[in-house]
Amino acid sequence: MIDALWGWPPPVLDPAGPYADKVTTLAWALFGMGVVVTAIVCAALWLAVRGSPRMKALIGGERTIWIGGIAFPGVVLLGLLVWGLTLTASLTQPIRGDEMRIRITGEMWWFRVQYLNADGDIVMEDANELHLPVGVPVVLELEGADVIHSFWVPHLSGKKDMIPGRRTLLRVQADRPGEFGGLCAEYCGSQHALMGFVAIAHKESDWQTWFDDRTTRVARTEMLAETAPPDAMPYPGDAAAYPMELGTLERYDARRGMRLFMESGCAACHRIAGTEANGLAGPDLTHVGSRRSLGAGILPNNRGTMMGWIGDSQSIKPGNRMPSYDVLSAEDIGHIAAFLELQK
Amino acid sequence: MKSETGFDHALYDRFPTEARPDGEVRDLERIWASPKGWRRLTAVNNNYVGFWYIVTAFGFFLAAGVLALGMRIQLAAPMQDVLGVDTYNQFFTMHGTVMMFLFAVPAVEAIGIMLLPQMLAARDLPFPRLSAYAYWAYFVGGTMFFLSLFVGLAPDGGWFMYPPLTSIAFSPGINTDFWLLGIGFIEISAIAGAIEIIVGVLRTRAPGMTLDKMPMFAWAMLVFAVMIVVAFPSVILCTMLLEIERAFNWPFFDATRGGDPLLWQHLFWFFGHPEVYIIFIPAAGLMSMMVATVAQTELVGYRLNVLALVATGFISFGVWAHHMFATDMPRVSAGYFSAASMAVSLPAGIQVFCWIATLASGKIRWSTPALFVVGSVVIFTMGGLTGVMVGMVPFDWQAHDTYFIVAHLHYVLMGGMVFPMFAAFYHWHGMTSSRALSDHVGRWVFWLMFAGLHITFFPMHLSGLMGMPRRIYTYMPGRDLDLLNLISTIGAFIMAAGILLFLIDCTRRFRFTVDNDVGNLYGGGTLEWLPTGLYSTRSIPVITSREPLWDRPDLPREVAEGRYFLPNSATGHRETLITSPLFAEPQYVQLMPGPSAWPLSAAIFTAGFFLSLTVQAYAFAIFCGLVAVVSTLRWVWETDRPIKQDRADIGAGIEMPIAITGPQSHGWWALNTLLVVVGMIGFMALFAYFYLSGINGEVWQTPPPLGETVVILGVEALALLGAWGGRRVLALRSGRMAEDLPWIIQAAAAALLTGALWLDVTGWLESGLHPTESGMGATVFMLSVLQGQVVAVAIVMAIYLAFREARGIMTTPTNVTMDIVGRFIGYCAIQGMVFTLVPRIFPGG
Repeated sequence: MIDALWGWPPPVLDPAGPYADKVTTLAWALFGMGVVVTAIVCAALWLAVRGSPRMKALIGGERTIWIGGIAFPGVVLLGLLVWGLTLTASLTQPIRGDEMRIRITGEMWWFRVQYLNADGDIVMEDANELHLPVGVPVVLELEGADVIHSFWVPHLSGKKDMIPGRRTLLRVQADRPGEFGGLCAEYCGSQHALMGFVAIAHKESDWQTWFDDRTTRVARTEMLAETAPPDAMPYPGDAAAYPMELGTLERYDARRGMRLFMESGCAACHRIAGTEANGLAGPDLTHVGSRRSLGAGILPNNRGTMMGWIGDSQSIKPGNRMPSYDVLSAEDIGHIAAFLELQK
Repeated sequence: MKSETGFDHALYDRFPTEARPDGEVRDLERIWASPKGWRRLTAVNNNYVGFWYIVTAFGFFLAAGVLALGMRIQLAAPMQDVLGVDTYNQFFTMHGTVMMFLFAVPAVEAIGIMLLPQMLAARDLPFPRLSAYAYWAYFVGGTMFFLSLFVGLAPDGGWFMYPPLTSIAFSPGINTDFWLLGIGFIEISAIAGAIEIIVGVLRTRAPGMTLDKMPMFAWAMLVFAVMIVVAFPSVILCTMLLEIERAFNWPFFDATRGGDPLLWQHLFWFFGHPEVYIIFIPAAGLMSMMVATVAQTELVGYRLNVLALVATGFISFGVWAHHMFATDMPRVSAGYFSAASMAVSLPAGIQVFCWIATLASGKIRWSTPALFVVGSVVIFTMGGLTGVMVGMVPFDWQAHDTYFIVAHLHYVLMGGMVFPMFAAFYHWHGMTSSRALSDHVGRWVFWLMFAGLHITFFPMHLSGLMGMPRRIYTYMPGRDLDLLNLISTIGAFIMAAGILLFLIDCTRRFRFTVDNDVGNLYGGGTLEWLPTGLYSTRSIPVITSREPLWDRPDLPREVAEGRYFLPNSATGHRETLITSPLFAEPQYVQLMPGPSAWPLSAAIFTAGFFLSLTVQAYAFAIFCGLVAVVSTLRWVWETDRPIKQDRADIGAGIEMPIAITGPQSHGWWALNTLLVVVGMIGFMALFAYFYLSGINGEVWQTPPPLGETVVILGVEALALLGAWGGRRVLALRSGRMAEDLPWIIQAAAAALLTGALWLDVTGWLESGLHPTESGMGATVFMLSVLQGQVVAVAIVMAIYLAFREARGIMTTPTNVTMDIVGRFIGYCAIQGMVFTLVPRIFPGG
């Protein structure tokens, strides 16, 4: 995940879908234009300074300005402008309304991701990860919860701002499976630098399986939680859904972790579907165990990083909205991490 | 040539006259002598103020450069903790803010104050005390602002300060207020300087220097100053809005109450993008002059170049929203702003090829300024080309807010402003130093800076494409970004080494002087290279060409012998010749104020006012404000001091009036320029009203009844009548004492303005509108705030007028102070009518 964020090859020049592809072509053309014009200006400068007297006489008049400063750039700019406007128009075709919709909200300093059904209701919530079916155009509804953020997955498309009080729409489409990193591109305060994101494109059939699994499993967990006696603090799952030996063989007890999670304040900010944890301020943790990263793209997701994050998130990402739970013992944090790991 | 003012051009043939007696030079020296010791700080002469200004601006350049080095160290490797996130965010905010507001704009303004009077052969700029005030407000305010960094109170919201991040909810500390109020007095000093420069360029040129013989730098400064007058009101307004939102909870930018975060972006970039050209245009003017000197031939395409400067100024006001392509703007707007952004590169192309053609038509003499000139053409071209790239909307969606933009803007600003400034420093330092800098060292300075620039910024294009956003204090390890960032950091230190070398050479060789300079090191052909003292040139020559020193080799000697205009002090006071705006025909002799501590005191207490507001020491703020107002009035008091003599011989037996009033006077021009500034602030506030009503019409409510509106308009109309009537009565008193009636009429007009404002505000309150409740309330009452400001000034002016009358210095039939007060009050009445009428008849929603 972290590797998918940045780097070589430059994602702007490595498009993975139609909304990035055409821009890449344009980018190469622009770089070519830049090199050629720089070369022309440098050559003209060289001839003006070092050229033969005949050459200097040729350049040293107003005609040079008319040709080099007006006619030539005029033609180049006009050509580019037409291309740019046509491309802008084709990339901003009106949205039909029947596309798949996913709402992404920029928060300080992470992304809330909500999958919507045809009626616009939220059917599943996640954070900092966007799962897409390959070859299907998806409309992202972008919102800003607190300050202005900007959504940018360069492999898939240019960026679009997430503005409080507005809903901006961005179309993306992946044409090949893969993981494509993204970032917040608008300065949004202290931890703007560590606000990462990943888009994961699956083959369409895989995506459907994944999506069905997630939505139905949530429904089942909810049912279980409703039937379980509240004082027993049950482990939210059954043997079929979660391999129990993990919870019994290891040192940390996911059941104790769950109780701690509910009682230590975690649940006030985080929601886990099917449990009494229904806080809305922080990321939804219903599927945290299957995420590729923690802390909005900055840590790999494993037991150690999860414990580190719970115990001392403030030294990992100073100023983030979650306090460091250093009041809990390492043992207790381990239990909580074991519990969260199972929330797939 | 037809005469513009009725001045007979045949009179120019009387010059050069016979040589004048030497004693007159000693008179000039005595009259223009500057105070010694500590009192030197009260000097207002442009030789001093301009020099201090340049040194201070350069100091801020170094300081902001050090911040950049700090940032480069932090980013040299991934996940470092050298600065820490809070310090880093303050550093990049201050780097941008200081470079833009405390270095770039003041630096070009400083070069203007330093060079313009000499280039135009004026004795000084027309409002020397205003220059001094602008300088000291900038110096004190800028220094205090910068010091906030050392106590961790520096702003950290970026130089663009987007709300809601900078609103009180997300930036509760006073860091943001430091930015908003810190920028306040820098705005004041920029506006003051702009007024000075507009009037200076249009009204104090040497006789015969028609607009098409003006040095290119003067053209550039004229465009620059006009752009400041049009652009800065927008940032003045938006800083006021944000400060009022933070302090009093008026929801201009709060989407939950009918405000809109994008309102800030429109207002800020309407200033912010022209700002780039505000910085670039004067430097381009310097380039045009230096290119001509370097090639020892006159500029090819002078008129095209002027056209390019003016066109740049115009088009730059139509491109602001290209900073907002990612905000989901309508396709048509994006297309328009994209086209305008492309168009603005055409005039830049014209200038680049003007310079190339000029170099080709002459014979280049290699020197440090020549290297910097040629280097900046290359750098600026590269920056301009990436600018064309990001002007393309789809590409901008990818490149926006990445390091690609960091690379682009540094190429543009370094090639368009910093390198020309270094070139200019080498080129003109002979005017103000008694020793020349080393040309050998200068070449090292150039090559270190040139190489350092490319090594620092070129890799940033790539890191941007690789996905590195701007304004990040760190990045993840393990990708190729590590290497690119390390290269950039190394480059930054190479560039810093070049600047350090420059500093060392300056300490070793640069020695400030006003009368013993080394002079014309590179063979320039314009008037600043005439022999000068503090009084500028001994006499003011008649100009017949663009490079008079090349065309008339005897000119320096003739000027020094006093064989042209104003060879002496015609009145025994400091004075300069005011000429007409188009053809520069002599019109009258202006008396100029001398050294004074009042501008200094006004500036210190203006800065004190803003700073104590920032730290919420309101009582002390009021005290500072009062002292500042009193100091200003005291300084102004001395500038309109009638003398007995009303005509003077300006040489060759030509007589001119002294200190005239009315539309010909330089004070009238300055006031009108100021009114444009005030009017633009009001215009932008009306824009805010309409903008929010279009975005959030649902919070708009019905206005107060029409009858009330008519009454308010009637009161304003009466005030307007009073403003006119006061001057009329004074005119009727021609030949007699002014007595009390004229000022009483003006005071009554000011009182009527107050009444009208009160009616307007109470009317809205009764209709149920409240400033904290909706975007409509906030913008409507903001108009009242703006009107309240000008009304308060009008009242102070009326009282001031009464004082002048009481002291018996109200001349009849016309008087400059009366003119200014009357016109200002008249303006207030008209503004009041517009502010009352617009929200009441266009209720929006």
